[in-house]
Amino acid sequence: MSLFGSLFGRGTKTSAPVARDRLQILLAHERTGEGNESDLLSKLQAEILEVIKRHIPVEQEKVQVKLDRGNSVSMLEIDIEVPQIRTPGRP
Amino acid sequence: MAKVLVVTSGKGGVGKTTSTAALGAALAQTGQNVVVVDFDVGLRNLDLVMGAERRVVFDLINVIQGDAKLSQALIRDKRIETLSILPASQTRDKDALTAEGVARVMQELREKFDWVVCDSPAGIERGAQLAMYHADHAIVVTNPEVSSVRDSDRIIGMLDSTTEKAKGGGKIEKHLLLTRYDPARAARGEMLRIEDVLEILSIPLLGIIPESEEVLRASNLGAPVTLSSPDSPPARAYAEAARRLEGEKLEITVPTERRGLFARLFKGKS
Repeated sequence: MSLFGSLFGRGTKTSAPVARDRLQILLAHERTGEGNESDLLSKLQAEILEVIKRHIPVEQEKVQVKLDRGNSVSMLEIDIEVPQIRTPGRP
Repeated sequence: MAKVLVVTSGKGGVGKTTSTAALGAALAQTGQNVVVVDFDVGLRNLDLVMGAERRVVFDLINVIQGDAKLSQALIRDKRIETLSILPASQTRDKDALTAEGVARVMQELREKFDWVVCDSPAGIERGAQLAMYHADHAIVVTNPEVSSVRDSDRIIGMLDSTTEKAKGGGKIEKHLLLTRYDPARAARGEMLRIEDVLEILSIPLLGIIPESEEVLRASNLGAPVTLSSPDSPPARAYAEAARRLEGEKLEITVPTERRGLFARLFKGKS
């Protein structure tokens, strides 16, 4: 793109730094040997579910696991749809 | 009724993943429910090109092996509500893909979506064969270059012999998507012309994607080119190809840069 184009064109001309940052975050995770992250996640999900099931009935289908990997912190979000619990003996 | 597409080529690096992302997004933008599926087990990249690499929890292999439900492995695109991605596994190898497992997942995807777009791995082995096996329609991505055309010819032969449709005596629909085309070089006789490629491969043309800097920019940003710069020539070419997939009859052209008055005045011919 010419100087003119870069002055008046799109503001997001340089995409390479975005690419570099995305790769750094991704590869940092892939290189640390936590290769089988999904195994860990499925284990976590199964165990958390087990604990909850001791108290309330939950279907496996109603569990959503979401992840957002960041530079220093990752967010693991486990969403469990809990059915209405009937409290017995209420007047 | 859901339609299963496979984006395939034989040769690597010709633009299968780019095309899967761009066509998937273009189809989803018309409001249809679309899932793009990465079949490149061990070397997944569709997640990266789609900008979903940080959100992968489960993958196709997890679903096949029963470690996760399909709904748990699907990642909803943050830009288009009707677009989802099913990533491949990065850590297992392609032997983890079983024919029965793939069949089961494909059946479930057919029930959930209008379009299932499968991104095939390069090569002609197991992974590529499983990616094409359940397809109703194949998009053969080809560069105007001798080795790519030769490999496409090979893949076309496989589509007509080893797919479920072919084995049942039917015929799989096939279209050519010519990518990285440079009209100026073709006019100068430096590049195979569209007619040459069509004559050799003799399958109908779905679209011509011009060589463009926007494609690299899109993958840098993690967005299908149809979303990152919708007015660019490759994005318009993909959007038109998607409309043809939906049955519209559009004349096939090679989109060119739309330039404003200023650019024309100051830059002349680029």
